[in-house]
Amino acid sequence: VHTSTMADREERRFAEISRESVKFMAESSGVELGDDVAALLAEDVCYRLREAAQSSSQFMRHAKRRKLTVEDFNRALHWSNVEAVCGYGAQDALPFRSAKEGELFFIEDRDVNLVELALATNIPKGCAETMVRVNVSYLDGKGNLEPQGTVPTAVQSLSDDLLKYYQQITRAILGEDPHLMKVALLDLQSNAKIAALLPYFVYVISGVKSVSHDLEQLNRLLHMVKSLVQNPYLYLGSYVRSLVSSVMYCILEPLAASINPLNDHWTLRDYAALLLSHIFWTHGDLVSGLYHQILLSLQKVLSDPVRPLCSHYGAVVGLHALGWKAVERVLFPHLPAYWANLQAVLDDYSVSNAQVKADGHKVYGAILVAVERLLKMKALSLSQPAEGGSSGHTGSVVGAMGYRVSSPGLSPPPEPLSEAALGIASHLQAGGAGCPWEEWTPVPLPAMYCELYSFFGDSLAVRFSTGPGFGSYPPYAPSQLGEARKEAPGPASNPDTTRKMPQLTANLNISPRHDGSPRTDPAPSLTRSSTSTSSVQRSRSCSSRSGQRPAGLSRDVFPKARFTSPQAGIPAFTFLIGGRQMGRRCQGRRPFQTTFAPTPPLPAVPPRAYAHKLPVIGRVGRPVRRWACSCYSLHLPL
Amino acid sequence: MAYVRTTCAKCNVFDKKCTNNQQASLHCRRRRRAFCCALDDASSVRTNRVAGSCAVRVLFFFNLAHAHFILKMAAVQGGLVDANEEKDIKSEPANDTWANNNANDGRLPSASPGASAAAGGNKTAAVAAAAAPEDQQTLLAVLQFLRKNKLTESVEILRREAGLPEDSLESKGADSFCGDQECYYGDDLRILSSLSKREHMRGNETLLDFRTSKFVLRISRDSYQLLKRHLQERQNNQIWNIIQEHLYIDIFDGIPRSKGQIDAMSGSLAGEAKREANKAKVYYGLLKEPEIELPLDDEDEEAENEEGKPKKKKPKKDSMGSKSKKQDPNAPAQTRIPLPELKDSDKLDKIMYMKEATKKIRLGPDNLPSICFYSFLNAYQGLTAVDFTDDSSLIAGGFADSTVRVWSVTPKKLRKVKSAADLNLIDKESDDVLERIMDEKTASESKILHGHSGPVYGISFSPDRNYLLSSSEDGTIRLWSLLTFTCLVGYKGHNYPVWDTQFSPHGYYFISGGHDRVARLWATDHYQPLRMFSGHLADITCTRFHPNSNYVATGSSDRTIRLWDVLNGNCVRIFTGHKGPIHTLAFSPNGKFLASGATDGRVLLWDIGHGLMIGELKGHTDTVYSLRFSRDGEILASGSMDNTVRLWDATKAFDDLETDDFTAATGHIHLQDNSQELLLGTYMTKSTPVIHLHFTRRNLLLAAGAYNP
Repeated sequence: VHTSTMADREERRFAEISRESVKFMAESSGVELGDDVAALLAEDVCYRLREAAQSSSQFMRHAKRRKLTVEDFNRALHWSNVEAVCGYGAQDALPFRSAKEGELFFIEDRDVNLVELALATNIPKGCAETMVRVNVSYLDGKGNLEPQGTVPTAVQSLSDDLLKYYQQITRAILGEDPHLMKVALLDLQSNAKIAALLPYFVYVISGVKSVSHDLEQLNRLLHMVKSLVQNPYLYLGSYVRSLVSSVMYCILEPLAASINPLNDHWTLRDYAALLLSHIFWTHGDLVSGLYHQILLSLQKVLSDPVRPLCSHYGAVVGLHALGWKAVERVLFPHLPAYWANLQAVLDDYSVSNAQVKADGHKVYGAILVAVERLLKMKALSLSQPAEGGSSGHTGSVVGAMGYRVSSPGLSPPPEPLSEAALGIASHLQAGGAGCPWEEWTPVPLPAMYCELYSFFGDSLAVRFSTGPGFGSYPPYAPSQLGEARKEAPGPASNPDTTRKMPQLTANLNISPRHDGSPRTDPAPSLTRSSTSTSSVQRSRSCSSRSGQRPAGLSRDVFPKARFTSPQAGIPAFTFLIGGRQMGRRCQGRRPFQTTFAPTPPLPAVPPRAYAHKLPVIGRVGRPVRRWACSCYSLHLPL
Repeated sequence: MAYVRTTCAKCNVFDKKCTNNQQASLHCRRRRRAFCCALDDASSVRTNRVAGSCAVRVLFFFNLAHAHFILKMAAVQGGLVDANEEKDIKSEPANDTWANNNANDGRLPSASPGASAAAGGNKTAAVAAAAAPEDQQTLLAVLQFLRKNKLTESVEILRREAGLPEDSLESKGADSFCGDQECYYGDDLRILSSLSKREHMRGNETLLDFRTSKFVLRISRDSYQLLKRHLQERQNNQIWNIIQEHLYIDIFDGIPRSKGQIDAMSGSLAGEAKREANKAKVYYGLLKEPEIELPLDDEDEEAENEEGKPKKKKPKKDSMGSKSKKQDPNAPAQTRIPLPELKDSDKLDKIMYMKEATKKIRLGPDNLPSICFYSFLNAYQGLTAVDFTDDSSLIAGGFADSTVRVWSVTPKKLRKVKSAADLNLIDKESDDVLERIMDEKTASESKILHGHSGPVYGISFSPDRNYLLSSSEDGTIRLWSLLTFTCLVGYKGHNYPVWDTQFSPHGYYFISGGHDRVARLWATDHYQPLRMFSGHLADITCTRFHPNSNYVATGSSDRTIRLWDVLNGNCVRIFTGHKGPIHTLAFSPNGKFLASGATDGRVLLWDIGHGLMIGELKGHTDTVYSLRFSRDGEILASGSMDNTVRLWDATKAFDDLETDDFTAATGHIHLQDNSQELLLGTYMTKSTPVIHLHFTRRNLLLAAGAYNP
């Protein structure tokens, strides 16, 4: 007994390898060992191990490292004439696992998915070349002159607190915990003291290019952009360009994540597009010519047939997000050329084409949405000039606030959007004024409609009249929410935001409102539109729609747009759209029509709750929200 | 005590018979209570096999380690007397001192009587077992005493011998194993504590060191006499014998040293250096600069350099008149070591140096150097060594993947010499023939030199920038041509990893040191070493040439620095005081001083002429891998694994000392703790350990390291 306890103690003091282990090893090579022999062997092995460990530390020291590597150990073995242990020379730490039963320890040896490896698009480039870079670290023994190359560790020249903040924030945002991420993003939105960190955050965001395989990370980075953009205390300056390029990357690039059809990169692109417009409208003035640059690059992508459809999709939603003028200017003229390509894709019913075709439908849907709004907005804008500026101003203020509130989120609350509805026309004006279009001659609306109709047929018209429930959502009280949220921008920031008016959401929100006054139902709608300076046309679309279709039957089968002369005093424009709807249930042609009667903006009208958010098209991964019932079906027969 | 010896002899015989009886040996371990008991057991060796083998083991230890233990104990007691006497040397006689000491453990005296009783040979194992509790207590007391007195090895050995669990002491509230004073023996201790078998002891180098070399201890004469008297009074003859056998007691006259002084000098594997080891005359002065008449024969612009020259030479040559023809009294004869003649290109380089030196910034506490950091990016393979050329035009890195890479720091790219065929076509009479021989097509910013088969641990440019030396784990040193970027020679001699190599400041010679504990002096045109410097007890980790090329300094993992005379291969200085392996050395430009950095994070300053430690610079928190004096020797820069560069006021460190009482007679000086005053600045890198430092000719500080993502 004494012997064993003594031996135990002895083993505990030194041993890394127990007698049992020695026995196991001996057994595995077919040798039966007695207890005493095993103990002796174990002791010896332990000593050898200790010796090797001690001499291996010397190799570590001379390699000027802090970490003992397998290689160091092997060198120690080599110099004591022991064969090296091969196969463990990896630079990274090898995860050491234990199997509970039997107290077995082993190194995890994962299966390598060769298929994935072979098909991977992000082929590792290999190690970058070793190089020497010099920088003047301290001049006359004082101070850092410049950050160390492109290495982001320059952060360390910041104060400790900032550094800690930076680390925490990036960790939180890119980390696992969604709650933490939210908190971090919120803080990023409102923290007034992070100006010094801006370059580093921008640098982090520019990392989108390296995580193009990871939707989640891309999303988080975009959220980071959003927070930075929304932070009223940050002056983005020339970093806008960098941010825009990161966002554009997400919109336009055929991301690695897109390869897997299960990945919902569409949503990402939508979101990025929203973000782009947000940046542009709020900070576009910081970089001259930004708008044109963006348009150019979008156009370039769109006109490049080699690009995958998801890139085209990005370009379309990007244009859409930048406002109907952008659509009119870039997408519309380009449509005939593009259409041929798209048509070819959509007409190919082969199985192998299924995925591409699905993508094509996405693009189709996106274009549809874009041109629809183009039509509506154009119609509105034509009616607008006579409207006058007084309401425009107030409208724009409201719009600004509304915009702030409804900043591009993937699922922003539906309620505050409508708040900005009234200001739409003036926004457009402001936006139009901001972007000169001298060299470009707009196509007249009727011609445009004709052309578009030739492409989209009835599916275009459907958009205008049959969207169920556009106005049917119960109104929320968004203003309260909005007020609560818009504290951050504050009243001081309003004046300058009015100039770079956020058209986007305002446009979006207004759209459902104006489709509800059919010409054929003149009694309620026209009177209202002519007199409605203060009334809320909340229920009109519903009511009108109910009575509309039957009435529409009397219209011409191939309706053309008609301009009615503006009524005296109150500028109004009504636009009639008609069409045939092809459907299973409707045998033959079944004409219908839609009339636009843009109402003048009503400054005092409380915000409305049209839960409609436009550029979110073709969601796959996310549950479809309220507007699911609206006619966003992407598979309408052409 | 004759008995002990006879028993030893007996057991040595017996030892051979039963070493293989492991079972018995195992069994007996628990019975070992103390060596006194073991001795007791030994007496009954022939009747009791178990106890006998126990005795074998114990006596075995007694022969090897206990000797050490006792001698160390004695040594420390000597030191202790030193320390105690510092308080009351005059007032109290020796007995009192000893009483104080013994009061610490109380039981120590009882151990010796126990031994004597055992010597009587009457006790049986059973008796010993019965007495176990008491013995155990005695042991604990002894252990505590030992520990208190820095005898960690002995503690370990004794404890193991006695089979005491580690925590038995810890529970007593004693300081943890590596206590405040003893941390620097931690490494040895770890090695010793890992030994558990006789076979292991045979092969263990550290133990071999202990056995083959005497542990050197400096004691004042008074203390020594006290010790002697005490041992005589106690009749501790065996201890005395062991002291005689394994301990070298270096007695000095004068007052005993303070604890601080002792601590400052201790830490090496073999105790302190003997005083006579540092007595030899060292010609630390600089060689006379070669006559630079050269600028005179060249005309106009060189003439202005002539004016510039004295300015720069004054600071460099320090006290000695630089222009005077007479030899610096401390300098070696110009031809003491045959040095290569200056070539024209060398002279040109000297002129360049003069020119640059006129633009040199005079550094000082108020005028700190600017620091440029050369970061090696993407050095995934592991950067192990860096060197700059003296004119800072090239930088070379040695890597763990066996490659050496050379970069041009200037816009001038690296070019190879043309092939032989092409060279034939060149007009050899043309003035720019040196330019013409270069092949423009090969111009690039960096070149990779392949040849080694192990990590490159040391690297050094030749002063004329034509050659590069690299030493590697594969046991070779390679000489590379920087004209052809090929390997010219592989010097094989160290058959073990070569940790460091360096060219002589005058070129031609180079020094290397490695795992084989031998430093070798080579000449580039000899494939065998010219000198071998052996004496270190562990790996030689770094090597440095003295500015006058007559001496080389080597730092070692035995925690000593040795200075060797190139002429005769003698060791002329041994510096002890570091508590960890020494990884870098730097001579001051005037050749008088040496700075050393070690894993303990401290930088020590040494006066070569007097062979004394003259300064301790504390501040770094990790291994100091690089040291460099500014061109005028006013600033000492140190770079460390802790990602900092620190600048120290070298002038002040040296001056302060010279005003101090230089107790050259005893060889001990009182070190003031003035690191904070001397520290001029701490400069952080981002995340880059500083592994090399270099002052340009204009006193700009260059630092280099691999960025650690």
